[in-house]
Amino acid sequence: MTARQDAAPPVIETRGLAKRYRRVTALTDCTITVPEGRISALIGANGAGKTTLLRMLAGLARPSDGDVTVLGGTPRQDPAFLAGIGFLAQEIPLYRRLSAGDHIAVGAHLNPRWDAASVRERLSSLNIPLDQAVGTLSGGQRAQVALSLTLAKRPRLLLLDEPVAALDPLARRQFLATLAEAVAAGGLTVVLSSHLVADIERVCDHLILLAAGRVQLCGDIDTVLADHQVLVGPRKDTTAIQKAHTLVQATHTARQSTLLIRVGGPVIDPAWEAADVGFEELVLAYLSQPGPGPGAPPAIAHLTTVGEDQ
Amino acid sequence: MRSDVISFRLDSRSVVPPYLQIVQQVRQALRMGVLDVGDQLPTVREVVAATAINPNTVLKAYRDLEREGLVEPRAGHGTFVLRRPPGPPPGTHSRLARSLAQWVRGAREAGLDDDSIESLLRVTLQAAAEQEIA
Repeated sequence: MTARQDAAPPVIETRGLAKRYRRVTALTDCTITVPEGRISALIGANGAGKTTLLRMLAGLARPSDGDVTVLGGTPRQDPAFLAGIGFLAQEIPLYRRLSAGDHIAVGAHLNPRWDAASVRERLSSLNIPLDQAVGTLSGGQRAQVALSLTLAKRPRLLLLDEPVAALDPLARRQFLATLAEAVAAGGLTVVLSSHLVADIERVCDHLILLAAGRVQLCGDIDTVLADHQVLVGPRKDTTAIQKAHTLVQATHTARQSTLLIRVGGPVIDPAWEAADVGFEELVLAYLSQPGPGPGAPPAIAHLTTVGEDQ
Repeated sequence: MRSDVISFRLDSRSVVPPYLQIVQQVRQALRMGVLDVGDQLPTVREVVAATAINPNTVLKAYRDLEREGLVEPRAGHGTFVLRRPPGPPPGTHSRLARSLAQWVRGAREAGLDDDSIESLLRVTLQAAAEQEIA
């Protein structure tokens, strides 16, 4: 595998994307960029629009508004577009009575670039039987079968909707290792929605955070973390801080204030002790923001620019 | 060929970022003689298959080691140890430890407890690092 090629066009680019179902707005003003080779975490509370976004990226749902480009084209139900996309929905799409071997054979008929050998090799290295009905396998084994089948398509973009939520810790680790290894082999970009922050922090290097009805963060995790700080100091008014920085979260006790800010410049006031922000801390701060209202801060558009070479 | 000389242990709960854990473990292995000049580091695929971390994390660590001049990538083959890290001359550690012990005694006499000493050290290290960057 080679170094990142950030000069390459992004694999996903959306601008002002929105989806409304009759009277319900599922997603609004969604502008994101995902460069090639990233494993991007899609984070948001339930109902934040994660599944809607993934379905629009996969061409399974049509946007109500805005632009979306995936792998240089518009997502649609068209064999040429779908050949580049792997999509694994929450409910693992397998025929319970068929064996993994049957699924491999079926896939070979449906997909032009089918890599049957890699699935067999991967499943046997995990001691998953190829000749047993997948309905009799464990949840972790079924997830591995589904992932391996999806990877056999040799997709350039893999979209995973909470793939590990139901798995035990070992199965989760194995699933994510398979995923990371596929990305290490090159040419694959992943977006995966999940609530499991520890897993995400380990395996992902890019983040899309949906909260309060819109995209709050989108960028390389290292860059996003470096753009935020926690300030701790004696309790005081935050007006001065808010002039130079974006206040994400403020907690006050009678005597002390703790502020999580997106840094807009150096913190000059010596009353504040500044510290780096942890990933989980940052995610929770954004998720606990109040809902959209007048004067809600715009999505942090500049963070979508590609981080520097690491 | 598998390069199974060393494996990495990554602690998600550590405050040390994962890429730095890899860098530190390679350096440590070099100092201890577990890794020697000419040895191959595990490939990125091997590391991520074993640890489920992001491939770019491993690349970043290997690039850091390359910048230090400790390893070199050979196209199509992997990453190999070039030399061992330059250590301080013998006696340096004990000399510094003695002056630090003296400083700690002074700090205790001034009424600082261990937590205050640790946080003072952290702040000083951070300030020194910032000065180096500036």
